[in-house]
Amino acid sequence: MGLDKDGLLRAYRQMKTIREFEERTFTEIMNGQIAGFTHLYTGQEANAVGVCEHLSGNDTIISTHRGHGHCIARGADVKGMMAELWGAASGLCKGKGGSMHIADVDNGILGANGIVAGGPPISVGAALAAKIRGRDNVSVSFSGDGSVNQGTCFEAMNLAVVLKVPAIFVIENNYYSEHTSINYAVGCDDLKARTEGFGFPVFVADGADFFDVYRAAGEAIGHARAGNGPAGIFCEQGRFQGHFVGDPQGYRGEGELDNLRGERDCLQHFRARVGEYGDVSAEELDTIDAEVLSLIDEAVAEARTAPRPTAADLDSDVYINYAQGGA
Amino acid sequence: MPEKTMRDAINEALHQEMAVDDTVFVIGEDVAGGNGSDGTVGCAGGVFGVTAGLYEKFGPLRCIDTPISESAIVGAAAGAALVGMRPVAEIMFSDFIGVCMDQIVNQMAKFRYMFGGKTRCPAVIRFACGAGFSAAAQHSQTMYQMMTAVPGLKVVIPSNAYDAKGLLLSAIRDDDPVLFFEPKALYQEACEVPDEPYTIPFGEAAMPREGDDVTVVAFGQMVGRAMAAIDGLEAQGISCDLVDPRTTSPLDSETILESVAATGRLVVVDESPPRCGLTADIAAMVSEKAFRSLQAPVKQVCAPHTPVPFSPDLEAEYVPSIDKIQAAIRETLQ
Repeated sequence: MGLDKDGLLRAYRQMKTIREFEERTFTEIMNGQIAGFTHLYTGQEANAVGVCEHLSGNDTIISTHRGHGHCIARGADVKGMMAELWGAASGLCKGKGGSMHIADVDNGILGANGIVAGGPPISVGAALAAKIRGRDNVSVSFSGDGSVNQGTCFEAMNLAVVLKVPAIFVIENNYYSEHTSINYAVGCDDLKARTEGFGFPVFVADGADFFDVYRAAGEAIGHARAGNGPAGIFCEQGRFQGHFVGDPQGYRGEGELDNLRGERDCLQHFRARVGEYGDVSAEELDTIDAEVLSLIDEAVAEARTAPRPTAADLDSDVYINYAQGGA
Repeated sequence: MPEKTMRDAINEALHQEMAVDDTVFVIGEDVAGGNGSDGTVGCAGGVFGVTAGLYEKFGPLRCIDTPISESAIVGAAAGAALVGMRPVAEIMFSDFIGVCMDQIVNQMAKFRYMFGGKTRCPAVIRFACGAGFSAAAQHSQTMYQMMTAVPGLKVVIPSNAYDAKGLLLSAIRDDDPVLFFEPKALYQEACEVPDEPYTIPFGEAAMPREGDDVTVVAFGQMVGRAMAAIDGLEAQGISCDLVDPRTTSPLDSETILESVAATGRLVVVDESPPRCGLTADIAAMVSEKAFRSLQAPVKQVCAPHTPVPFSPDLEAEYVPSIDKIQAAIRETLQ
């Protein structure tokens, strides 16, 4: 397994933080407090945390439109993120990015990304930089089952193999490209085999099981870090929410959501199984739950009263230097 | 001073900057050439030979051949730039922006703003652009006018070898993403180019001709043609300022406005189609800021609202000619 007690507690805290961040975000959107288009990661927490617990230093991730979980898992400041959703000047991106563009490049987060499969080519670039510099960093791109049908994803996977760079392609199958099932949108029967056809190994994990994702991610990242080129991680886990907040989810089968929440909750699974991996008590996890809830409360309270951006902020941060007219 | 072609001047800039900055690398289709073949790796140096010799000098980690995957090329450059490299990617023809526009327009152009100013993306993307080779509708467009409209990008269009070298060195050292459009009809054109490295700042126009009667603004390949048009009118007693903005984003609007204030007449020349383009942009800027200086309507000399044709006869009609530029200058004086 490779996680000591502190590691297990940290992983649980990260997953719980994502869960409560997303549940609270849903509530605040329904209350009319948050503007824009928001896509929640609720239910898929084990994917992000199982992968990101293997990362450190100059390792990078690039995320998707459903990016809150990846950013929290890689260490983004939760209060800064909440303020960003509020569009506040104190937001992680000064209120200029919002939910779909949360980023913290200095800390290895190359950004959530509003374009499906926009991230994989960029991730290959960060992996290429590591190779040119002779560093053992890896560069992780998260993609959904929708993004694997974009040409940019194919281009990135092929280029990563051609250049033999340490790119990790995490494919999170949540079974739906927006409102369309993977059974319709992926033309072949075996997406893993199709992905492996690019020429790199793909490690499969049950996305409701943190320990399984952590294991698969360890194999994939170890492969890339050792200089063997790219690797894939396939996580299967449905999302507990719609594609976006407000999605009526007419595509769901009867009882599907109840089954997801009841039978495939990674937090419940963690609690039930953590004893096999370390000496962690329910009380310790309860304490984390309470701490996370109070962190999210504080984040919301601060976001509500955070300073707002002004007209003077509108045209800054477009360029680093834009001298013109012979200036 | 030695004369060099634009191709050699750009090649020299790449060699010089890669020698002093090990974060600079080139990436693109056939920038080396020959990889995986039974022949010689490094045989191509780019389809126009602009990257010749870089593979031999700097090796496979700094002169990187790619599959034909423009989105991945631009994305890889953008990603490497985000983590501190200074990539120079080559997209063979600017027309191929059509297959990598997301990575240019939605990704690299917007990182800094979307991320609240907390990052930089010092990537350069080079393109061969423009008409003149009977390369037809998908290998002859300029595209720079569309990219100029995108906030977050800087857009450079050299019109001669000297400027190309100095502007490319500025582009590589710039901390913002830069699109560098090389008019392919000018690759073989030579002028005096110093051997040593030098930079030309962005947002500073050149004024290769100075005169009293009309201001002519021209871009890229059209600068030489406008120069010939102006020189040809000298015998008729007509003298013109010729403004070569060199970068369209940022644009040196001051130099244009100062010239128009003195001449009262403006002709804008570009080989792109007319709608929503550079000539319309500058005509609008001048009419808004210097309306009272104008003594005649602004004239735009552009390509027609058509794709670039194949036939040499039609292409010659498509690209603004010296005659058409002269006619426009004379018209503003009537």
